[in-house]
Amino acid sequence: MTTTKTKRRYTLWISARRDPGSRWFLGGLGLVSVGVPILNLMVPASSPLHLTSYGLTLIGKYLCYALLALAVDLIWGYCGILSLGHAAFFALGGYAMGMYLMREIGPRGVYGNPILPDFMVFLNWKKLPWFWYGFNHFGFALIMMFLAPGLLGLAFGWFAFRSRVTGVYFSIITQALTWALMLAFFRNDTGFGGNNGFTDFKDILGFNLLSDCVHVVLLVITAVMLGVSYLACRKIVASRAGRVIRAIRDSETRTRFLGYRVESFKLWVFVFSTVLAGIAGALYVPQIGIINPSEFSPLNSIEVVIWVAVGGRGTLYGAVAGAILVNYAKTIFTTSFPNAWYYALGTLFVLVTMFLPRGIIGLIPNRARLRGDSNEQSASE
Amino acid sequence: MGDAGHILDIHQLTVSFDGFKALNNLTLSIQPGELRCVIGPNGAGKTTMMDVITGKTRPESGTVTFGSRVNLLELSEPEIAQGGIGRKFQKPTVFEQLTVRENLELALAGRKSFLKSLLARMTAAQEDKLYDVLETIGLMEQHNDLGSTLSHGQKQWLEIGMLLMQEPKLLLVDEPVAGMTPQESERTAELLQSLAGEHSVMVVEHDMDFIRSIAKRVTVLHEGCVLAEGDMDQVQNDPRVIEVYLGV
Repeated sequence: MTTTKTKRRYTLWISARRDPGSRWFLGGLGLVSVGVPILNLMVPASSPLHLTSYGLTLIGKYLCYALLALAVDLIWGYCGILSLGHAAFFALGGYAMGMYLMREIGPRGVYGNPILPDFMVFLNWKKLPWFWYGFNHFGFALIMMFLAPGLLGLAFGWFAFRSRVTGVYFSIITQALTWALMLAFFRNDTGFGGNNGFTDFKDILGFNLLSDCVHVVLLVITAVMLGVSYLACRKIVASRAGRVIRAIRDSETRTRFLGYRVESFKLWVFVFSTVLAGIAGALYVPQIGIINPSEFSPLNSIEVVIWVAVGGRGTLYGAVAGAILVNYAKTIFTTSFPNAWYYALGTLFVLVTMFLPRGIIGLIPNRARLRGDSNEQSASE
Repeated sequence: MGDAGHILDIHQLTVSFDGFKALNNLTLSIQPGELRCVIGPNGAGKTTMMDVITGKTRPESGTVTFGSRVNLLELSEPEIAQGGIGRKFQKPTVFEQLTVRENLELALAGRKSFLKSLLARMTAAQEDKLYDVLETIGLMEQHNDLGSTLSHGQKQWLEIGMLLMQEPKLLLVDEPVAGMTPQESERTAELLQSLAGEHSVMVVEHDMDFIRSIAKRVTVLHEGCVLAEGDMDQVQNDPRVIEVYLGV
């Protein structure tokens, strides 16, 4: 009896398929982590194959954006939570990193104050505000990069999900959240450098931030974090919890009726997603060299959603592809037609929504995908 | 409290909404393993009765006893569901974007917190259970298909399967064959009959042909209380039943 049933169990899984998207994505990521260091550090500058410092920063930026898009896809594509405020969590992670980098400058600032960052001296502050304590230690700052976005996500999500705020209402209050944070961070007396934010960083853990080599290392770390986050998201999505999350997207009340605490599932995934966004922001700041309140702009969060929609939501790798493609297009557009970018982005969004509901990824014919991504987790189990 | 041996005992149950008595001194009991059909015209109190049993509606007076010991009127909806009473609503509600297998998996009885679900693996016993249910509801071939691709009848069976995964002692089934083709109805009749024995099943249905095909015992409700009870022939020939429900 038992053996026949065991055999039957296997036949239930026979239709499980491999997941080619993941292999392409992880392969590409590996290629970047190997190729970029070679092209930048080993290929001589005279060669046409040489990757310039500018190109290096650009790729690093795309990878950070890809991680942010991944965070948004996890909650939007799988749980149906449309956050239009994820750039806020990205910026908070970035500010936590920025605070460390500011204190790392030490006496090398314009005013030469060993404790106070330049903007505080400029504002005539005598004492370091309490919330800046500890940021001279990288370990502390590292914890804050996770905690700041995570705790805000926890508090915000707890109130929102507990009050059963869903759908478009949730999206609107996330916009309000990022808008409110932007206004707060624009103020000088909030203590985060006002509209100038933080810049003129010198080094990270003693390594010079102007050197290409340090940027290459940062880029590889970003690629590794993106890969690890991707696998973590895959793991969640492929677990029973992932099935519950998709069930919530389908019908919240029905899921509740089965005995699952919908609010707690949403909160866990949301907080995880905000932490991913925070990590993306923390990796973004040392590579770009600046963080200011415009990162909280409501428009930024909307752009992220467009990346995910263009790439194809509910696949994870689609979000990554969308983030990279749209931002590459943005780089090209803003250098040749700086004023036309938002028209182009809007048009792209409309076209994708109308003609490619599954995004660019949906263009790739793939039997496993056509059957619905629900088959994928069979493969990864 | 209730009579020993009954899986469900409803005793002198009264529910009123703004003075209207939806249930009026209703007394009804179900044997373990029984398949009971409940019929009655609109407003007879069938749905209200199910609402009281599942904890959705609180009665004015009376008792509802489950498994001759448990007082259902003291329990909340989820507690009653966990305690072994499964209810299938009229409209099929399966998860359209999940496969048949996944739908059944999510309905599995057990701990349902996020972290537990994150690490959950199907045990061999659970896999066997899932396999058995797939076989019972006749969706073995479709186990990897999305809920959205199923026909109306298949969705109804899947939902019955989801109830079975929760290992209920008593199944309450509300109009299972509404909107089904004759073949699907027939298949549903077989399914419900195969469930009786291991489970107790209470079916509310309007379709007389369907009831005739499955029922051993029929209860006719009228204006909130039992009008007649017996086998189909007895009930059909009862002049009071003919008058209020079956028509001449």
